[in-house]
Amino acid sequence: MSIESRSEDKARTWLSRTAIGALALGAPALALAQDAPVPNKGDNAWMLLSTLLVVLMTVPGLALFYGGLVRARNVLSVLMQVMVGFSLIIVLWCIYGYSLAFTEGSAFIGGLGRLFLDGTFDAATGTFAMAATFSKGVVIPELLFVAFQATFAGITCCLIVGAFAERMRFSAVLIFMVIWFTISYLPIAHMVWFWMGPDAYTSADVVADLNSKAGLLWQWGALDFAGGTVVHINAGVAGLVGAYLVGKRTGYGREAMPPHNLVLTMIGASLLWVGWFGFNAGSALEAGNGAVLAFLNTLLATAAAVISWTFAEWALKGHPSMLGAASGAVAGLVAITPAAGNVGMMGALVIGLIAGVVCLWGVTGLKKILKADDSLDVFGVHGLGGILGALLTGVFNTQSLGGPGLVTDWVTATVGSNPIGTQLLIQAKAVGVTVIWSAIAAFIAFKVADLIVGLRVPEDQEREGLDTNEHNERAYTT
Amino acid sequence: MKLITAIIRPYKLDDLELAVARLGVQGMTVTEVQGYGRQRGHAEYYRGAEYRVDFVPKTQVEIAVDDSILEPVVEAIANVARTGKIGDGKIFVSEIEQAIRIRTGETGVAAT
Repeated sequence: MSIESRSEDKARTWLSRTAIGALALGAPALALAQDAPVPNKGDNAWMLLSTLLVVLMTVPGLALFYGGLVRARNVLSVLMQVMVGFSLIIVLWCIYGYSLAFTEGSAFIGGLGRLFLDGTFDAATGTFAMAATFSKGVVIPELLFVAFQATFAGITCCLIVGAFAERMRFSAVLIFMVIWFTISYLPIAHMVWFWMGPDAYTSADVVADLNSKAGLLWQWGALDFAGGTVVHINAGVAGLVGAYLVGKRTGYGREAMPPHNLVLTMIGASLLWVGWFGFNAGSALEAGNGAVLAFLNTLLATAAAVISWTFAEWALKGHPSMLGAASGAVAGLVAITPAAGNVGMMGALVIGLIAGVVCLWGVTGLKKILKADDSLDVFGVHGLGGILGALLTGVFNTQSLGGPGLVTDWVTATVGSNPIGTQLLIQAKAVGVTVIWSAIAAFIAFKVADLIVGLRVPEDQEREGLDTNEHNERAYTT
Repeated sequence: MKLITAIIRPYKLDDLELAVARLGVQGMTVTEVQGYGRQRGHAEYYRGAEYRVDFVPKTQVEIAVDDSILEPVVEAIANVARTGKIGDGKIFVSEIEQAIRIRTGETGVAAT
């Protein structure tokens, strides 16, 4: 066996199918097969850690953040919805989710080539398939990419539960999640994030063909570093639709429904902040300069949003509250998510400052206008913060405002900048598609869940609490 | 024998205990309670939601005393619990028909 044919065999194993990034297998790629890149252990270590951090964000971070915000009689129901919801989505992700999101298909949804993660690991030879990153010649094991992205799908579905907390039937939550994950999360993730990877762009004549295989919003040139559209707008809109369809909590507007434990909320918000470095800096997919920029921006924008929310609340309501500071942190984290590696440091500072004030309005003024009982402000913080971040990414990406710009030619990896107006319009279109798609998908998912089991628990059970009635246990006993 | 029921600001409890101990009071029962008088409640903000909290946390102290020290004890409680602002609380005095120390079976003033 010649050296050349051996390397071709090897190439065929690790390039067996396309996945995001997965190095697309065309004739030119084969010719370069003897240069097949091997993953760097530093990149692997960083991506393993980032994946862990996103798990930390969800269970326990998001669960505690939400758990503290509800009344004592419903805290376990929220913890359960997050823990079981996250687990359910991870399982679905490995069965069919990853394949539909991150393999080649149409501009809207991927294919079934990676069903049951088929092809990511060859047991006979012990070979792992590789996924591309955003740098030519830099790869990570595809299974690591599968795991990293699994946590994103999981947390997105769990974010939504805050909107209908304290009244929805547990079985209805799970049915909703399965349907919405399938018809909203997977297509949006595919549309925004699936492309053929940098290594496939070997010459000018393959560009048009490769671009046409990418997701719709990627083709448009929408920038979403870590999930402003895919995660936050997607979840925020689904939450708002849910709040309308499930209806207001019994006694809403007449009875006091204060958070039962803001200490839990503080712990949860802090775990979210820590975990979010995996979410954002990890989305660089390698331990390089892009991750460093995203890391610093995540730190700075979040701090700025804590400051702006706190001072705005202090000025408008008379007191700087702990809940306000924690909410400001989440607002900043949400807004910097699409921008993390796509803007400069001062862009991040401005995004954070604006996010704190805008999301404060989202949970006060806008909430009154919307007239929905979005219990834990999923739309006011995640939906609105996500939209703001997605749009401002279009403003601050340009090199003239200190941003890193974007790759204008993947063949040569040339970096340039779009005019602000152009990029802003692209971002706005991506936001529009996500809002409409998620709203319709959520409507369908909630309606189906309503038909099968009914969305709400009976009123007397709601008054007594979901913990006792849905889960047959209490969080606090005396 | 009289029962003094004082409803005071929670943070005044330690001062009250010291003040009445000096006057010979040997025991008391303390309960965390909620309620309102002229102070009514107050408003709390949680993000966009404003809630009126009608029942304000207070501490209720019950002390059984002999008639001979009733006046100085009531006076001491009123003095330490007073801030001059609405919400200082109330003191109620009522008759005790009988008192019994469970361990020894003593009754009357000896049991207080």
